[in-house]
Parts: sequence; C-alpha cells; structure tokens
Amino acid sequence: MLEVTDLRVNYGAIKALHGVTLRVNRGEIVTLIGCNGAGKSTTLRAISGIVRAAGGSITYEGRDLAGLKPHDIVRLGLVQAPEGRGIFSNMTVAENLELGAFIRSDRDGISADREKALTLFPRLRERLDQSAGTLSGGEQQMLAIARALLTRPKLLLLDEPSLGLAPQIVQIIFRIIREINEQGATILLVEQNAHMALKVAHRAYVLDVGRIVMEGKASDLAASEDVQDAYMGRKRAG
Amino acid sequence: MDQLLQTIKDGISMGSLYALIALGYTMVYGILKFINFAHSDVVVLGAWLSLVMADTTTRALGGAGAAGAPWWLGGAVLVTAMVACGLIGFTIERLAYKPLRGSPRLNVLITAIGVSLFLQNTGQLRAVFGTNPRSIPPLIHDATLLTVGQVNFKLLDLIGFGTAVALMIGLDYLVFHTKLGRAMRAVSHNRVTASLMGIPVDRVISFTFVTGAMLAAAGGFLWALKYETIKQPADSSWVLLGLKAFVAAVVGGIGNVRGAMLGGMAIGLLENFGSAYLSSSMKDVYVFALLIVVLLVRPGGILGKAVVEKV
Ligand SMILES: Nc1ncnc2c1ncn2[C@@H]1O[C@H](COP(=O)(O)OP(=O)(O)OP(=O)(O)O)[C@@H](O)[C@H]1O
Ligand SMILES: [Mg+2]
Repeated sequence: MLEVTDLRVNYGAIKALHGVTLRVNRGEIVTLIGCNGAGKSTTLRAISGIVRAAGGSITYEGRDLAGLKPHDIVRLGLVQAPEGRGIFSNMTVAENLELGAFIRSDRDGISADREKALTLFPRLRERLDQSAGTLSGGEQQMLAIARALLTRPKLLLLDEPSLGLAPQIVQIIFRIIREINEQGATILLVEQNAHMALKVAHRAYVLDVGRIVMEGKASDLAASEDVQDAYMGRKRAG
Repeated sequence: MDQLLQTIKDGISMGSLYALIALGYTMVYGILKFINFAHSDVVVLGAWLSLVMADTTTRALGGAGAAGAPWWLGGAVLVTAMVACGLIGFTIERLAYKPLRGSPRLNVLITAIGVSLFLQNTGQLRAVFGTNPRSIPPLIHDATLLTVGQVNFKLLDLIGFGTAVALMIGLDYLVFHTKLGRAMRAVSHNRVTASLMGIPVDRVISFTFVTGAMLAAAGGFLWALKYETIKQPADSSWVLLGLKAFVAAVVGGIGNVRGAMLGGMAIGLLENFGSAYLSSSMKDVYVFALLIVVLLVRPGGILGKAVVEKV
C-alpha cells in the first residue's frame, strides 16, 4: 500500500534522513520506533508532503506522491495525526471534529463516523462545546485521533500518540488503535514507547539517526536483545 | 445634549469605517502574521475607482447628478469597486507575497512597503488618477430622515452605516459559521495542521486577501460618499487613515475579527469625543494614546489572547 524507498530529507544543512526504506501492506499495523531525533516524525512529514524529499521515492497505492501538496495527499486517504496532537485550541471540540471531515461532503457518512468516533472516545462527547485548548493532554490526543478518523483514512499515520500520557490512557489509546485497524484502516505508528508499539503492531522498523537499522515481525523485534537494550529500557546484566 | 448626540453619531459613523478597514489588516495578520502595508492603498483604490465610475456613469446619464441617477447606481458602483479591488488583492498576494511564503517575516514586510509605494505612485500617474484631489458626483439623493434637537440624521448617514454593518455581519457569519471560515481560522492557527485536514492552504490565504481587499474597497467607497472630495492617491491623510485602522486592529486584538470591529468603533468614538470635549487639534493624539495604553495594560488587545508572541 505504501512504499518508501531510499528516502532522504534535509533541513537546510542538516541531513535528517539518509535513505529510509520501508513498506506498509494493506491491513497491517506497522510501527516505526527509534530514539529522540532519529527522524521518525521527519519520515511521516515527508510521506504527508509537509517536507520535501531530497531523494528517494514515496509510492502510495501505486502512485508516486512526489510533488503532491499535503491537502492532495489527504484526499487520497493518507491521513496523519501529527506529533504534539496539533489540535486547534482556538476552536471547540465539535469544530475540530468538523475540520477532520473537511474534505468530505457526505453528510450521513460524516455523522455516522462522528458517532463512531464519539463511541470510541465517550469523554469527547461530554466536551463537544468546550474549547479544545482546555482539554487535558490525554483528551487532546483522543481528539486528534478522533479527528483523523473523521477524515476516513485508508492509511493512518500516528506520530507518538502515547507521548506524555498516563499508563491507563496509553492502554486505552493502544486498544483503540487496534480497533481502528480491525475496522479496516491500515496504520503506520511512530512510537518511542517501543514496548506497547511492538505489542500492538504486526511488523516493525527501527530507525536510528536517519537510517533503518532493523526490521521484522514485531514479536521478533520485541524478543531481540538489541531492541530490548536500546529501546525497551532493559538493563544488560553484568 | 445635542453635542453629545452629534458626537456619538459622528463617532459611530467614523468608527464603522475604521472597523471595515481594520478587518483587512487583522485577517491578513491572523493568517500570515505580517502587516500588509499596502492595505490602505487598496482603500484609496476603492475610493478612486468609485469616483471614476460615478463620474463616468453620471456623465453618461446626462450629468443630471443624483437626481438623474437611478437608485441602484450607488450599489452597482460599490459592488464593482469591491470586485475590482478583490481581483487586485488576489494579484498582489499571488505576485508579491506568495513567492515569499517561508521567507523571514522582515522580507515580506519590506515587500509590503514596496507594494504600497508602487500602488501610490501608479495611482498618481496622469493616465490613472493624477495628483489633484477630485470630487465624486453625488450618487444618492440625500435627504434628512430625522432631526433630534439640532442633529440631523440623513439618508447618506444611514446608508453608510448600514452598509458597513451589513458587511461586518456578513464577514462574521462567514468566519464563524461556514466551512470556509472554519478553514480560515484553522489556517490562521496552524498552517501545517490545517493542510493535514486536507485544507488547501494557499487557496484559503488567497481568499483571505481577496476578502480583506473587498472590505477595503467598501471602506474607500463609503469614505468617498462621506467626504465627497477625494485626496490624491499618495496623500498623507490616506496613510493616517490606514494607520488608525491598523491601531483599531491592534487595540481590538490583532488577528481577531470581532476585535477589529470593536477596535474600529472604539477609535471612532474616542477620536470624536476627544475633539468635541477636549481639543480638536489633538484628534490624532487620542488614538495613539489609546494604542499605548492598550499595549501597556493588555498587550494582546481587548479581545486578543494574553499570550506573548515569540519573535
Ligand atoms: N524544522 C527542522 N529544522 C531543522 N532540523 C530539524 C527540523 N525538524 C527536525 N530536525 C532535525 O531532524 C532530526 C530528526 O528529527 P525528527 O523530528 O524527525 O525526530 P523524531 O525521531 O521524530 O524525534 P522525537 O522522538 O523526539 O519526536 C533531528 O536531528 C532534528 O533536530
Ligand atoms: Mg517526532
């Protein structure tokens, strides 16, 4: 479904990605893990067309995304819930959700999807008319995901949905990620919480300073000593 | 009593003009975070285009003046001036500002000054509007509707104020109750996130410019209707008008549409009350004094957010 080949991205003189290659198949949850500054967000930004690739290619459903604007890419069903939630804090929760449905005009479909999203996140329903800026961090993250669902993604890119959240909320978010996937959306999940990400994902890639250094089945990576040492906080004995 | 009523009337009438012009500053600032110095020149353009159209049409109708002008002529001139200025606003954004998207703000600011000078000097060309003041022929047959004490409420006052208010209500509806308005607010909050919603950011920015320019044109038209004599395009009084409208936007909270309307009214009233009850020679001083007070007490403006902007 998504094919990223030898992707290179520079920020001015800084080389953020030195040739990232990864693939996401339809129906999968794929996770991309790595330390701070590894280039995970940059990878997602390049896929969404926010930053321009300096080299390599990104193909989605057989179509080269080079030169497409971010809003064109969204219209292809490739939707991103960005890092730091990116909610519109100057608007209400309801307005944020409506912006998620910006590209759609099927009124019935939108209200059905909105209902579905509010069933996944009942807390948001109680706060529809509240300014989104007054939500707690976890609620904002829920809003960001709910909003992305209203765009009706075929492929959903999630950038650190668990960042800064309490363990119970993290559990909820990951349960919902699995539900969204079971309902038909393919997911590319960027996480620092490798432990949870590897539990929910089918396959995984490990990114380190702009390069993919490991890839494979999520369960295999979770069992790998290198991954456990570097990303899951296991202390090496001796 | 009469003086009070007269002052309120003049203040509101002037204030609604400031408000109309302030909207353009605030909308462009809200979305691109820069001061569009060329905005007051679009007001000038709106005034002069109205004059030229009024002149040509009344002449074609036999020069009978307002008595001979059909009732809809004023409206037609207003709409045409708005559309023309809207197109010019679109062109300015496309040619001057869009290529600078992502450049430092100072570059855009300097470009805006350049655009302003370009418009002023083009307007002064003999083939365009020239360097002499001119009078707009009356488009509407004025009449006194109501007299309270010695204060006359005339048809032109009503039309001027009514038009300004109708446009502001229309804009408020657009910004707060339509999908496009929601997209405008989204782009102004965060361009990248807005694009991730599938919002065509560049088109929304263009649209914002066009709307601001159309309101400026309406401001110019109403100005011409009110003062009849129109100063030449580079006259310093235009700069002062633009500056006061900008102050109105800042006082109300720059980037905030309702703030601009409120700020415009506040400044119109303040200026007239100051001139009537204190000293009319200090008319402009009150406005800038208010600016200083607001910036000291509430730097974000009356309706603005209380956050300090990172520079
Ligand atoms: N706008 C930018 N300008 C310059 N350098 C940037 C910019 N954005 C990111 N970088 C650099 O690119 C590298 C990759 O950043 P990126 O945000 O992709 O990391 P990340 O893996 O998402 O990290 P985190 O887990 O902290 O979110 C970092 O070294 C970062 O400093
Ligand atoms: Mg990141």
